[in-house]
Amino acid sequence: MNILFAILVVAVLGGLFGFGLSYAEKKLAIKKDPKVLALEPIMPGANCGVCGYAGCNAYAAAVALGEAEIGLCSPGGPSLVAKMAQIMGAKIDASGETRRKVAHVMCRGNTEFTLKDYNYEGLEDCNAAAILFTGDNNCKSSCLHLGSCIKVCPVGAISKDKDGYIIVDEKACISCEKCVQICPTNAMHMIYEDSEYVIECNSHEPGGKVRKQCSVGCIGCKICETKFPESGCKVDRFLSTFDQMLPHSQIPEAAEACPTKCIIKR
Amino acid sequence: MSYIAILLTFIFINNFILVQFLGLCPFIGVSKNSENAIGMGASVTFVTTVASVVTWAIYYFLLVPFNLQYLQTLTFILVIASLVQLLEMVIQKISPALYKALGIYLPLITTNCAVLGIAIINISSSYNVMEAFVAGLAVGLGFTLAMILMSNIRERLDLQPVRGSFRGMPIAFISAGLMALAFMAFDKSLITNLHLV
Repeated sequence: MNILFAILVVAVLGGLFGFGLSYAEKKLAIKKDPKVLALEPIMPGANCGVCGYAGCNAYAAAVALGEAEIGLCSPGGPSLVAKMAQIMGAKIDASGETRRKVAHVMCRGNTEFTLKDYNYEGLEDCNAAAILFTGDNNCKSSCLHLGSCIKVCPVGAISKDKDGYIIVDEKACISCEKCVQICPTNAMHMIYEDSEYVIECNSHEPGGKVRKQCSVGCIGCKICETKFPESGCKVDRFLSTFDQMLPHSQIPEAAEACPTKCIIKR
Repeated sequence: MSYIAILLTFIFINNFILVQFLGLCPFIGVSKNSENAIGMGASVTFVTTVASVVTWAIYYFLLVPFNLQYLQTLTFILVIASLVQLLEMVIQKISPALYKALGIYLPLITTNCAVLGIAIINISSSYNVMEAFVAGLAVGLGFTLAMILMSNIRERLDLQPVRGSFRGMPIAFISAGLMALAFMAFDKSLITNLHLV
């Protein structure tokens, strides 16, 4: 009999408070800005923070208040800009930058190609390894292959392949640049998705030094730039970069002629 | 005990934060600036006061007649949780800025042991309803006092040249410890010496 009373008392109390709260919620309901309500569901929902706000909802609220610009969300891309502009009633110039950028590891070094300074046996984290002489590789701009970028990627687009290389799933990449920020050696770069070729080296060291450190690094020999003026390659501080926007009809020949074969077709 | 004695007890002698060490989470979490600290103190004061009276009523009018005193913790938490929910709605309606500033600490009053603590102390000290009300108020005031003192200290610490390894949380914990030490000066003899018993 006693247990029945106990159940009854707690149930009645709980029910009473529950109904009271639901009534209060109706009474005290807050009218949300209809623009915020319209914006929130169309956001990508990755909460990556590249826009500079705490998350997608915070950014939507800031846009609705007119505090933030529309085009700050890179995961959403041009299609989101168009949708947001429609909701906000703003006219957006559609001819703006529509080339999507994706993350890419600008390093082909591995245990075979790259000289090691020491044997790292610490935490499996690039930033932990980088505390000691900027990592175990002799090249201080190289990928450390410990996967800090894998952990930080909000959409899980980065993984290791069977050879231990870090690869980015370009379809899944949302261009939030978190991996670029966390990489201690700056080996992760943002490249244009439509680039056909990429020069996979990140070292600005002079050619002789790069040769000693790594057999697949760009040595800044300028063969691509001078022998193939139409290759779209530019050498700056001993490192060649490829730009799809420049005339690039000779790039396959340049890739063939590259002594360290670091011009890679994607 | 007279009402003044109860007030003195829970504000100074048994200050919940600095002497009893109850409800420390918001004490460290929301004490970065004094405006939010006062807001948090006011919210906690409201909850402790109302919870004291409501839990007292539930205990003596519901649990005692049915001989269900063993349900006190369960029902008290139910009351406190509902009150905090209500408070959250009210604050969100009245002051969205304060709601945003209090953040996660507002729903956390639900599990703030200071609130449950005073509800249970009211029963175990067999206060009457008026004494329970005053005790709840006093606990809230004591909490607010500690919050205001702490937030002012931390605001000034921000301007001081503190060594890097102590900057932020560590120096806040040290200040809190020193402040708790200072509150040890208030003793039960204060009440007897003032002839309040």
